Amino acid sequence: MSVILVAEGLHKNFGAVSAACDISLSFERDSVVSLIGANGAGKTTFLNMVTGYLKPDRGSIRCDGRELTKRSPREITGFGICRSFQIPQLFHSLSVRENLLVAEGIAAAERVEEATDAVLERFGLAPYAERPAGLLPEGIRKLLDVALALVAKPRILLLDEPTSGVAADEKFGIMDLVMGAVRGAGVTVLFVEHDMDIVSRYAARVVAFYDGRVIADGAPASVLDDAEVRRYVIGEAPDDAA
Amino acid sequence: MSRDRTIPVLAAVCAVLLGAAPLAPQWLVFLLALALAKGLVVLGLVLLMRTGLVSFGQGLYFGLGAYAAALLAHRAGLADAALMIVAGTAVAAAVAAILGLLLARYREIFFAMLSLAFSMILYGLLVKSSTLGSTDGFNLHAKSFAGVALAAGSERRAFYAVSVLLVFCIAWLLHRYLASHWGRLSAAIRDNELRVEYLGASVYRVVYLNYVAAGALAGMGGAFAALAVGHVDPETAYWTTSGEFVFIAILGGTGNVMAPFLSAAIFEGLRTIANQYAPNVWQMSLGLAMLAIIMFLPGGLWTLVRRRGAA
Repeated sequence: MSVILVAEGLHKNFGAVSAACDISLSFERDSVVSLIGANGAGKTTFLNMVTGYLKPDRGSIRCDGRELTKRSPREITGFGICRSFQIPQLFHSLSVRENLLVAEGIAAAERVEEATDAVLERFGLAPYAERPAGLLPEGIRKLLDVALALVAKPRILLLDEPTSGVAADEKFGIMDLVMGAVRGAGVTVLFVEHDMDIVSRYAARVVAFYDGRVIADGAPASVLDDAEVRRYVIGEAPDDAA
Repeated sequence: MSRDRTIPVLAAVCAVLLGAAPLAPQWLVFLLALALAKGLVVLGLVLLMRTGLVSFGQGLYFGLGAYAAALLAHRAGLADAALMIVAGTAVAAAVAAILGLLLARYREIFFAMLSLAFSMILYGLLVKSSTLGSTDGFNLHAKSFAGVALAAGSERRAFYAVSVLLVFCIAWLLHRYLASHWGRLSAAIRDNELRVEYLGASVYRVVYLNYVAAGALAGMGGAFAALAVGHVDPETAYWTTSGEFVFIAILGGTGNVMAPFLSAAIFEGLRTIANQYAPNVWQMSLGLAMLAIIMFLPGGLWTLVRRRGAA
């Protein structure tokens, strides 16, 4: 598999706090990677730098050889990099259908109405189609947020905690829907996650962050078994991790 | 989902207004013409409000439109009403296209205050300009419309009829625009600019286009108002005029393209009656009306029409 996204020597400080310290990662096309770490470890900062919300102090990010670091979120979306958010970013006064119509219209879908109906069906959002997004339950808000990110048919999909705030019995359903939607489309998925059951079930590779650094990178079993990861990410006491 | 009856209702109302043109008393024709002119300005304001922006400076374009139309007749000797309306609209649109490059970058109070500042600059220039009549302004008189000579005494009725037709066309176009992808995009920008950018659309471009369109509509409204009144003065660009447009927009609400015209007609009617019977306290009654609207009908008077339609 060929590499689609490369980050080299990324540094980002917020005052005295280092959110990214010499982060170098590469991601292969059509792979599913989970980014794990405690709060403040630098996972979301990494996603924000990839999508142009934050500019790194140093380092570079390239997608298919094209530099992303000086580009705006809109330009980066144009390269086929789309994202969902930890707190769903919706158009709260518009209905679910209108939210998707906006996204389909921007993505210049040929038959906007039909494409919207298809997304509503695929994500199980049809029963909520006419309800304002501001009045949706959290799980449905998350789904809509992810559905909006997928409308543009991204090459790289970044999901920031897609199952946070969602009832335990709905988490796998959301992930199944997302993975089902991207399966076979050659999409590279990077998702930030705190639930290790989700991580081990869906990720083919896990990158663990701690204090702005990457402390482990590899197959889920080996990363989740790593002593540092067990201590700093999973939160086990040093004796337990040994 | 209820069927959208905006266009048939708009057509029926315009037909009635058009039918009334030769029959209505002169004072009513004047009042309605002024309401339609201001309704056009407020329609532009509603377009901006859809993107979450409130301009306290639409008086700038209203004044520019009025003065451009008036100067064409007064200085260039081209006293054709159609040309005057085109000139008023074009000048306002051109200035909006320039200022919009800056203003489309600002939001909330900064946008409101910057737009107000620009309108007050024009007001200051008009007040200091003796060649433009200073605080007194000057009169204008159109002799023809699109080359057709107007009979003495019939001008205002003709301008009124034209404004009804134009209002119908513009309201129809704007209704289609608001129901289109671009209209939804405007509402999406009001709700969440960040997400719009992350979906790949340019927020700046949409805000800019809406701003220029609002400026052009205000200029057209200014030209119509100048033709209806037959006089222009710096008050057209003063902040109280801009505030009046915001008042009318809130009074009617942003729910439908007909709301600005309905509320402008109510506003002008109330003002005429209040000026007659309570000239010293009419602003107070307007203030109380605004208080009542904000407290009980935050969506504006159009909420009542919508409730009645839904019942």
